[in-house]
Amino acid sequence: MSAAATLAGYNFAYLDEDTKRMIRRALLKAVAIPGHQVPFGSREMPLPYGWGTGGIQVTASVIGPADTLKVIDQGADDTTNAVSIRRFFARVAGVATTERTAEATVIQTRHRIPETPLREGQILVYQVPMPEPLFRLEPRVAETRRLHALGDYGLMHVKLYEDIARQGEVTISYNYPVMVNGRYLMAPSPIPAFDNPKMDRMPALQLFGAGREKRIYAVPPYTEVRSLDFEDHPFEPPRPAAACALCGSRDSYLDEVVTDDRGGRRFLCSDTDYCAERRAAK
Amino acid sequence: MSGDWALKAEGLAKTFTLHLQGGTRLPVLDGVDFAVAPGECVALAGPSGAGKSTLMRCLYGNYGAEGGRILVRHRGAPADLTAADARLVREVRRETLGHVSQFLRVIPRVPALDIVAEPLLARGMALDEARERARALLLRLNMPPALHSLPPATFSGGEQQRVNLARGFAPGYPVLLLDEPTASLDAANRDVAVALIREAKAAGAAVVGIFHDADVRDRVSDRLFAIEPRPQEASRSAA
Amino acid sequence: MTADAPILEARGLSLRFGPVPALDDVALRVWPGEVVAILGESGSGKTSLLRVLSGALPADTGEVLYRDAAGAVVPVHGSGEAALRRLARTEWGFVHQNPRDGLRLNVSAGGNVGERLMAVGARHYGGIRAAAAEWLRRVEIDPARMDDLPRDFSGGMQQRLQIARTLVTRPRLVFMDEPTGGLDVSVQARLLDLIRALVAGLGLAVLLVTHDIAVARLLAHRLVVMRRGRVVEHGLTDRVLDDPQHEYTQLLVSSVLAA
Repeated sequence: MSAAATLAGYNFAYLDEDTKRMIRRALLKAVAIPGHQVPFGSREMPLPYGWGTGGIQVTASVIGPADTLKVIDQGADDTTNAVSIRRFFARVAGVATTERTAEATVIQTRHRIPETPLREGQILVYQVPMPEPLFRLEPRVAETRRLHALGDYGLMHVKLYEDIARQGEVTISYNYPVMVNGRYLMAPSPIPAFDNPKMDRMPALQLFGAGREKRIYAVPPYTEVRSLDFEDHPFEPPRPAAACALCGSRDSYLDEVVTDDRGGRRFLCSDTDYCAERRAAK
Repeated sequence: MSGDWALKAEGLAKTFTLHLQGGTRLPVLDGVDFAVAPGECVALAGPSGAGKSTLMRCLYGNYGAEGGRILVRHRGAPADLTAADARLVREVRRETLGHVSQFLRVIPRVPALDIVAEPLLARGMALDEARERARALLLRLNMPPALHSLPPATFSGGEQQRVNLARGFAPGYPVLLLDEPTASLDAANRDVAVALIREAKAAGAAVVGIFHDADVRDRVSDRLFAIEPRPQEASRSAA
Repeated sequence: MTADAPILEARGLSLRFGPVPALDDVALRVWPGEVVAILGESGSGKTSLLRVLSGALPADTGEVLYRDAAGAVVPVHGSGEAALRRLARTEWGFVHQNPRDGLRLNVSAGGNVGERLMAVGARHYGGIRAAAAEWLRRVEIDPARMDDLPRDFSGGMQQRLQIARTLVTRPRLVFMDEPTGGLDVSVQARLLDLIRALVAGLGLAVLLVTHDIAVARLLAHRLVVMRRGRVVEHGLTDRVLDDPQHEYTQLLVSSVLAA
């Protein structure tokens, strides 16, 4: 889709310049302290909390007229939310949009990292529901802030220990906690554990926005991101259950699609662009 | 009695102030001068209530002193027990000053063997060696091996006393305070106790004892030190 | 005189809660490997003193100095929370009166013991588990119960678990607040025996708050008697208990019911 005329009466990318400035300051702090949660003044957006307001505010603050935007939701460009957000930015920023990962300069995502490896110069914006990795273990915000400040993460390792003691393995399948730059414990957002390795030393800039919780954090390019584990129970990304029924890929994250009411099902690539590229290449 | 001494008291005064009885003062010792030399055994003598036990407890540091001082030769130099802080008293008790009383503080669950071995461990001995030495001493005191692994809570008076003796004599202290060491013992075990005291003396230990059994007293003591309720007399040699 | 320095030293501690003096010019020293009991009844200030000494509560005046493993003197108040937390995780231990205050009740026994190891960087699951099993054995908890939750344990077992959890990182100084309070007598005896053996075996320095004279006599080398925020008497345990000088100490000692 090429750039159309921007909507009259709205500032470029919807947010006023002061708000963008405030969010950019927060982003700069976040990039300077990889994995550390920076509070920001989350604004009212034209969609409710829980629908990606944090991601949209981050995207709105970094996007420029020359950018090309891709929006995915669970890996797909064609879900309702992805379509709505893409159209929103087309209208208020007039930016070019695309479904092709390789062509995008800014990619906003809900709950997946694209299969196509990202490169320098690209920005990946994650939508984050709960930025606090210790949330379930320590509900007191004041206490979690202290734990982060002191680097006191024994609690999270205890949780992993308990999983292994009870189930023989760590049972966290998404939003698997990571240590960023060897210092901060971070919630990568509800991406599948399968995607965690992609975060490690990614050439692109990774930005995280939580609108309801009003937090921003970031992982600069080429930063170490390690999934938490034990030396004798190392982190292993889950292997896909089958091959994609459409493109035959055995290396991508698959969605299970129920095809009939007799137990029939197919496995398809969650990343629609990746699947389409593979099929086009055949 | 100048010159060679291992433990001595100079002008020792002990008065109890009973605050709960309106501040009643109970003077027990008043200017005691006393000394014991290495290799010597001095028996404290005097009527009941005269202050023998009190003097013994002062010498051990269990009671404080209101006047005078107590010196012990510790690590080659005189140490003032009356002025010493708690840590120094503990150090003296660990290395130099042993004490055998007629009461065994029964620590629940600790076997007799380990009660005897404990002071050896505190002095840095290895566990196996300490237990071996404890075992040997208990056997010598006619304590059957079956009792070694039992806590002394259910022991008879004589059995508890033998644990006391073993604990007191195992480390080989240079100074030994014995408060009724043969209480509750039969003749055979009294003989063992006497032998232990003689061996300690022969090894150079200075021994101070309260012996109600005149026979034992005469067999081990070199002289008597009499304590009267009022100012002390000079000591007399035993017959 | 012995030349080594105190591991903990406090001077001139005073603290008021409004008009009530909780601590009144209290001084205290603890040497490595020594057990010091703070003996007092309710309102004596003993718990406030323990909290001030362990950094949980600041005093109005005075200072508390800790000599760490490297020999450096660390002011307990004023070093900042990060330093205090590091100490609390490594060189210090704390045994609470109520084991529930010192345990994570929804984490397994093994997880409770292993947590301190994980907090200081242990990352080998098998190694953590082996260390936890070893410590459970040392406090006489069957290692087969390692994956059980503490809420299924008896009070005495919970307290022994708390002790294992505290000692697993081999602290040099352990603060204990009435460690046998609220337990049945037979359970107390077992626990005291365990504490006694561990303290001696590990050469721990212990600061122990208790109102129970028997506990003090059994465990402590030195005794500090407190009343209304002041130290009224202190010294060698057997001397303070057998030859008490202060009126209040005499009252305490004479009040004990003989078995």
